[in-house]
Amino acid sequence: MSAPVSDVLATRRGSRVVILWLFIGLLGYFVLPWYMLEDGFFSFEWLFDGYPFDSDYAPGAFLVYQGEKIWLTPLILPLLLPLVVLGRKTDRRFFSTVLIVAGVSGFFYLFAQGFAIGIRGFNAEWMTALFGELGDRQFGFGYGAVLLACTFLFYLTTGIAARGYINGDVFVVGAIGFIISIVAIFIFFPIAQMLSSALHDNDGAYSLSVFVEKFSENKIWGLACLTENRGCGVAWNSLFLAVIVGATTTLLGLVFALVATRSGFRYGNWLRALTVLPIITPPFVIGLAIILLFGLSGTVTQWVAGALDLQPSRWVYGLPGIMIAQMLSFTPIAFLVLIGVVEGVSPSMEEASQTLRASRWYTFKTVTFPLIRPGLANAFLLGFIESMADFGNPLVLGGNYDVLSTEIFFAIVGAQNDQGRAAVLAIVLLLFTLTAFYAQRRWLGKKSYITKTGKGDGGSHSLMPKRIMYPCYAIASIWVVFTVTVYGMIIYGGFVETWGLNHTLTLKHYITTFAIGFNEFGIHFKGTAWDSFFTTLKIAATAAPLTAIVGLITAYLLVRQQFRGKDWFEFGTMLSFAIPGTVVGVSYILAFNVPPLELTGTGIILIISFVFRNMPVGVRAGIASMSQLDKSLDEASLTLGANTWRTFRKVILPLMRPAILAALVFSFVRAMTAISAVIFLVSAEYNMATSYIIGRVENNDYGIAIAYSTTLIFVMLAAILLFQLLVGRNQTSRPFQTRTNVG
Amino acid sequence: MTLDNMTQGEIKTRAASVEFKSVTKRYGTEVTAVDDVSLHVEAGELVTLLGPSGCGKTTTLRMIAGLEMATEGKILIGGSDVTQLPATDRDVSMVFQSYALFPHMTVLENVCYGLRASGKKKKQSVELAEHGLDLVGLAGYGSRLPSELSGGQQQRVAVARALVLEPQVLLFDEPLSNLDAKLRRQVREDIRDIQQRLSLTVVYVTHDQEEALAVSDRIIVMKNAMIAQVGSPRELYEQPASEFVADFIGEANIVEAQISAVHEGLATVHVGDVTLNLDSRGLAAGSAKLAVRPNRIFIEPHHPGSADALVGSVLKATYVGDRIEYKVATDLGALFCTSEATDRQVVEGSEVAVRFDDVGPVLLPHSA
Ligand SMILES: Nc1ncnc2c1ncn2[C@@H]1O[C@H](COP(=O)(O)OP(=O)(O)OP(=O)(O)O)[C@@H](O)[C@H]1O
Ligand SMILES: [Mg+2]
Repeated sequence: MSAPVSDVLATRRGSRVVILWLFIGLLGYFVLPWYMLEDGFFSFEWLFDGYPFDSDYAPGAFLVYQGEKIWLTPLILPLLLPLVVLGRKTDRRFFSTVLIVAGVSGFFYLFAQGFAIGIRGFNAEWMTALFGELGDRQFGFGYGAVLLACTFLFYLTTGIAARGYINGDVFVVGAIGFIISIVAIFIFFPIAQMLSSALHDNDGAYSLSVFVEKFSENKIWGLACLTENRGCGVAWNSLFLAVIVGATTTLLGLVFALVATRSGFRYGNWLRALTVLPIITPPFVIGLAIILLFGLSGTVTQWVAGALDLQPSRWVYGLPGIMIAQMLSFTPIAFLVLIGVVEGVSPSMEEASQTLRASRWYTFKTVTFPLIRPGLANAFLLGFIESMADFGNPLVLGGNYDVLSTEIFFAIVGAQNDQGRAAVLAIVLLLFTLTAFYAQRRWLGKKSYITKTGKGDGGSHSLMPKRIMYPCYAIASIWVVFTVTVYGMIIYGGFVETWGLNHTLTLKHYITTFAIGFNEFGIHFKGTAWDSFFTTLKIAATAAPLTAIVGLITAYLLVRQQFRGKDWFEFGTMLSFAIPGTVVGVSYILAFNVPPLELTGTGIILIISFVFRNMPVGVRAGIASMSQLDKSLDEASLTLGANTWRTFRKVILPLMRPAILAALVFSFVRAMTAISAVIFLVSAEYNMATSYIIGRVENNDYGIAIAYSTTLIFVMLAAILLFQLLVGRNQTSRPFQTRTNVG
Repeated sequence: MTLDNMTQGEIKTRAASVEFKSVTKRYGTEVTAVDDVSLHVEAGELVTLLGPSGCGKTTTLRMIAGLEMATEGKILIGGSDVTQLPATDRDVSMVFQSYALFPHMTVLENVCYGLRASGKKKKQSVELAEHGLDLVGLAGYGSRLPSELSGGQQQRVAVARALVLEPQVLLFDEPLSNLDAKLRRQVREDIRDIQQRLSLTVVYVTHDQEEALAVSDRIIVMKNAMIAQVGSPRELYEQPASEFVADFIGEANIVEAQISAVHEGLATVHVGDVTLNLDSRGLAAGSAKLAVRPNRIFIEPHHPGSADALVGSVLKATYVGDRIEYKVATDLGALFCTSEATDRQVVEGSEVAVRFDDVGPVLLPHSA
């Protein structure tokens, strides 16, 4: 009997993919430099500097040919092994077995040699004992090695697909394999590395007792504040702060959501505009403004002191200051969550209740509120996580109130430079945020009362009862006035000579930071900030499309494909949301400063950290818009003979253009404002705007810091407006109807 | 569009048969959506899957398309085993209930889509696509977006898009449910027309029995994930194999009857005081069930002593335009019957004689 049709098709389709990756693998092994280049790949200096024979720049094959790095030789075998099955009519099982063997062995050997041999020869003593001193060394993977790794990975996934996994779909299996690999390498591996370094003492010996000792330290868990007049442990500080901030931001967010949707307030849309503020504001800027207002020489402090004849105090540095700053920063996030929930309550439910003779207050109490309760829990947990992870505000406002995120930073950069301690603190912080994240998904992931029926059931939301309405108005007004003042301060502060001492208006700070001059070469960017500004733009602009791609592919897999272990897959991809930036920073330093993945000091590490920090944003945007697309569109495409890759390209991507743009802009903006992970990863060559500003703040150069921050805010505002304009136009010219399939 | 230029047309048929061999589909361990179904669709035939909501029609159709994979059993198209083949690789197109037109492509681009995906040159695809649009009466609409068409036009674009691929099998999942009643009749005739002209193999899902009777060569009635009966529309209507089929296809009164004797396939049947001679359908003497269509029951003013009639009283009379529907209480229970004599309405509460037509009532075989 001849092979069934499905076998022939599967091997033929598989072959095409294998040829592509074989070609890429050959490129990696024979053409591109194998190791990481000192001066960067894209300077192309290496091309004119001894390539391909210079051993710093040589491709793997040339190294082997010259008798160097002979341990790279065996890689050629798995690379070429698939030639056995190409272009030949073979049995599907044999085809897939060959590919899986080639992929697994190649991938495994590649990483094994990378981890085994480092800059000092063999990394493990037993290997030296076994093989003798190596007398050679190697650096981190370069593009050649990375391409080869990709080849092996996709050999493996193509082989698995040929086994019939997911209907033998090469694209889907490949995408799953790719996402799992990068999440494993750039999220789980660093965290694991961090755990392991917490388990080693300063000499590198494994020691559980050191860990226990560091973990249970009084500085972390001490409860002195309850009994005597001293500070509590940082863990309690962080927890206390996060609970208060979570609760207050949820309450404020609810107030705003109610005002925007249930008060007949006509300018609800203006309130909505407030939600972009936290996105475009670098996290420490609110902290700066608080200092300008309430700091020792702050406007309010001076005024009150003058009026009441008091000694100005530093009360704002510490818990009160951080709390105010975080409340201002994170309330819009809670608002964003809750406005969706409040609007999602179908008016017909409330109308039904009212026709059953319930009063407005009774309806609110018994119908509306229970329906939005899960949303409240969600907002609380988000506020909790944000507050725990916040680094910028505690850094500028913390005073003596130590919290985990800043403590981690000082453990690394301070005089202590104790990586083990940083790792332990990071683990504590991670425990808190992961618990909150887990709770959020466990309780709220499935349970959603939001009644989106898809049927336009008409009706409009009833108004709030008066006894809630007036307090809501009052609170919202105070908050708005406060926010406006804060942002006014930020703008004004950039034009003032020296805050608190000399309030003459000046352009001095802007000139120092952003001056442009002309010299014999043309335009000359004289200002001190240009360097970091351009770096930031470049890195954010590179990270944004990568984030969008990774996010959308993940969303596609989650929404449109069924496979075993999908729950874990989802958990893994959303996890990075709950990993605070400081933890990312520490773990990246620990994981990526030695070969084979030697990335510290490069721009790549910044880009990667942004991609994975912002991945959940991309995934969410993708999921939201993909679930609106009728699944029968994909199916129609499939039954018309298009494969999944073509379907993804031609049907799904074009229909998701608004979501793609959204993901692009948000990841761009978030990359520009991030500080917590960045501050660990910047280098002299790759300094980012935010870390430059923090540097100025530490030097008490408030004027420059504020001028720079203001500029950033306006740049990002422009980016967002441009985006709104693009998407808005996009939607009117193509009026998509969304239908739902009832069949 | 005439038959003539059809035969010269470029759209040919490559119609193929479809066969299910003991196919089962389970979702998880709990839900069995299709249970050990075997069926056969001849090449060039239009077969309807008919049944109540949730009986597994869509699932069956999606298994033919390759959008769901059978848990057990074999699926053959044109004689070759396609059980493991995904949708992309099957030569089957489907018209979706929602039409699933790609909203970001023009009508022409939509119709070209499958042709381009299967590797045809652009020029040739456009030619074929225009021909396809012509075939469904939408020549000249190519540059519009789907959102600029009416529901019926969108439906026809969806048909054209599937047709131009000259699929071995064409599938329709409730294609008319988004259309209003008038248009439904029109489009269903169009579909039948094209199917017969091109002699396509079509599998058509609906839960509207009238639609099924109107378009099909054969109907497969499904119930609870299994096949209840297969047959031509007339067979199903006149010779239902079970109470379920009798009641689902058209309405039927099911009454208890006694068979007193069977002679050469003809049974003497007693229903109350009425005696009928009917096809025995393999039944032996004893009690049996009889299905009677409402239009096969006549009511007349009651005369004491009328022979071969049941005595009843009219519970309810409803005027519905072209006929009057009566609910009549008899010793056998309430009977539902219709009368086309709309000018002479029998008033509610009056005593009537109830008679059965000579042809029409049918004995139901004992269910297994
Ligand atoms: N993806 C799925 N997961 C679990 N159960 C499913 C799934 N799809 C269908 N079912 C179940 O399988 C059974 C048959 O579904 P199917 O869609 O084939 O019904 P149908 O005959 O098309 O009904 P309708 O006329 O309402 O469209 C139903 O009980 C349904 O609940
Ligand atoms: Mg259905």
